[in-house]
Amino acid sequence: MIQAALTFAVTCFALALVFNLWHLARAPGVVDRILALDTMVINAIALLNLYGISQGTPVYFEVSMLIAMVGFVSTVAYCRFILRGNIIE
Amino acid sequence: MLEDTTLIAEIVVSVLLVVAGVFGLVGSLGLVKLDDTMRRLHAPTKATTLGIGGVLIASMIYSAVFLDRLSFHELLITVFLFLTAPITANFIAKSYMHRHVDEGDLPPTEGPYGWAVYDAVPEDERPIDTK
Repeated sequence: MIQAALTFAVTCFALALVFNLWHLARAPGVVDRILALDTMVINAIALLNLYGISQGTPVYFEVSMLIAMVGFVSTVAYCRFILRGNIIE
Repeated sequence: MLEDTTLIAEIVVSVLLVVAGVFGLVGSLGLVKLDDTMRRLHAPTKATTLGIGGVLIASMIYSAVFLDRLSFHELLITVFLFLTAPITANFIAKSYMHRHVDEGDLPPTEGPYGWAVYDAVPEDERPIDTK
């Protein structure tokens, strides 16, 4: 039962990543691209955790923690660059 | 008794995974379907965060019941994402306002100074010493 649920969840998040990529390519402005990249980071974390469940190892939690931190910092840095023209003032 | 616990845990984990997958898909579908950047901001920041929370809680229950390893790493990631999602949403909304919204279209703030995106706080009115 868990195997079927895992397959369903992986399919959902993979489809979500495809949607994000589609939006990233066709977005009308730079703000939409940042939003699509941020969502891609979150979906990638979900996929990594699902792979960790299916393999039964805790390694992927550390990986997804690092990706979560890098994704947050990069989104904030990009937004700040648009807002101020500078990242660290 | 042990069989019952395993079965209940299996059902809970499966339901959480399915719900998380649906929420993640809905969040990204909203990103494509909705027709305005400010509306599009809602779908990923809320639905996808809930989806990933479901995945992480499911993996916590799974490792505690089936692998005999109670771990709280997942809670750390959940808390981190739940804390940072509003901050990124606020930053994205601010940069959208900076690029696309004219200051004259916004209502007055009814405070001593204007909107933070457009006006800097006057030097002598800063409530906290930032030096």
